[in-house]
Amino acid sequence: MEVAIVKYNAGNICSVINALKRLGIEPILTDEPDVLRRADRVLFPGQGEAGSTMTYLREHQLDRLIKDLKQPVLGICIGQQLMCRHSEESDTDCLGIFDVDVVKFRPHKHEDKVPHMGWNTLNNLKGDLFKGLQENDFVYFVHSFYVPVNPHTVATTDYILPFSAALQRDNFYATQFHPEKSGSIGEKIIKNFLDLTV
Amino acid sequence: MALAKRIIPCLDVKNGQTVKGTNFVNLRQAGDPVELGKAYSEQGADELVYLDITASHEGRKTFTDMVGRVAAEISIPFTVGGGINELADVERLLNAGADKVSINSAALRNPNLINEITNHFGSQVCVVAIDAKETEEGWYCFLNGGRIKTERTLFDWAKEVCDRGAGEILFTSMDHDGVKNGYANQALARLSEELTIPVIASGGAGRKEHFCDTFVEGKSDAALAASVFHFGEISIPELKFWLKNEGINVRI
Repeated sequence: MEVAIVKYNAGNICSVINALKRLGIEPILTDEPDVLRRADRVLFPGQGEAGSTMTYLREHQLDRLIKDLKQPVLGICIGQQLMCRHSEESDTDCLGIFDVDVVKFRPHKHEDKVPHMGWNTLNNLKGDLFKGLQENDFVYFVHSFYVPVNPHTVATTDYILPFSAALQRDNFYATQFHPEKSGSIGEKIIKNFLDLTV
Repeated sequence: MALAKRIIPCLDVKNGQTVKGTNFVNLRQAGDPVELGKAYSEQGADELVYLDITASHEGRKTFTDMVGRVAAEISIPFTVGGGINELADVERLLNAGADKVSINSAALRNPNLINEITNHFGSQVCVVAIDAKETEEGWYCFLNGGRIKTERTLFDWAKEVCDRGAGEILFTSMDHDGVKNGYANQALARLSEELTIPVIASGGAGRKEHFCDTFVEGKSDAALAASVFHFGEISIPELKFWLKNEGINVRI
């Protein structure tokens, strides 16, 4: 199976590469349109800031390319947020794959620290990405902006308020949390993504 | 459910080997930091901290190689610290696969390093470790593993660290460290109340109750310990089940 990772200016891509290698996959890190279109699976991971990453994607014509991909695509963390319509972070227009806007956490009380960082639970799980998981399984999050619950939501997490831990529309999948840093549960989710029937 | 309280084993590494001995689990190589980290991860540790206590230049290279092996084999977040003096050190360790870096003396000597790290790599990457001791005039910060007293007070420095953009504070009370009589919960609670970033308690774990106390009385977001885990005095699965029964939200 050929797995491509979108090469752009977001950080912390190597943990995704390591996670795939642990599953016996040698991913290709690339921004070559043909390689991305041809791959069996595409991952769009990373940590970063919405404005500068979106500018980079546009300058390298990766914005249209990602939107037009037909194979299963998995966005992770900033990847998920960039797949939405707009982000409050730097007032950025994003790819618009998911018809929803990304907003910043607003603490209600002192204990609501931002970023939301650490292990939290998944609820309202839907679809093949979460095959074999249970409600309240823990995954690892690091983020200050979130996607509200919407018709594309396939998992929720509660921090300050319930928000979208994962999204899906057609061949596009996305997680706010880091499956590559979420121990055996995360590994199962990545494996489920690789095993999706197309 | 809510964000879980974290349990973090800390491993001291010298020349690529863990320093504190272990009579814990059946490791092929008890001194191998990667194997030990993997065992902790499988037992349910939420994060790991690796501290490089090597002084030499060659030791740094060995440590960086080890960070690469940890990143390749372990699927939970880990922080690395020790000997980080400038942005280039941070970059080297993040490139090797570390999720976060912990800085201590370098931040006290050059507070702007905190801003530089967070501007380049984001707040979540930057953990500031503070070693402090309570004196008659209050809590003071110490440099070089607790050997040199500074003029900075704990609470002012912690506030500054937070304002400069650090993602977390790792607070070690030098009076509590190694005594196994519980964490410095009063100071921890005050830090947690005054700061808007997570606080990791360090120094003083001896019994299961100490973890519960630091989460409740100390309002800590995470608890770090070394010897009680390394010597098998407390097993992580047992600790977590016990904490859960005590009503603490932990990941099981």
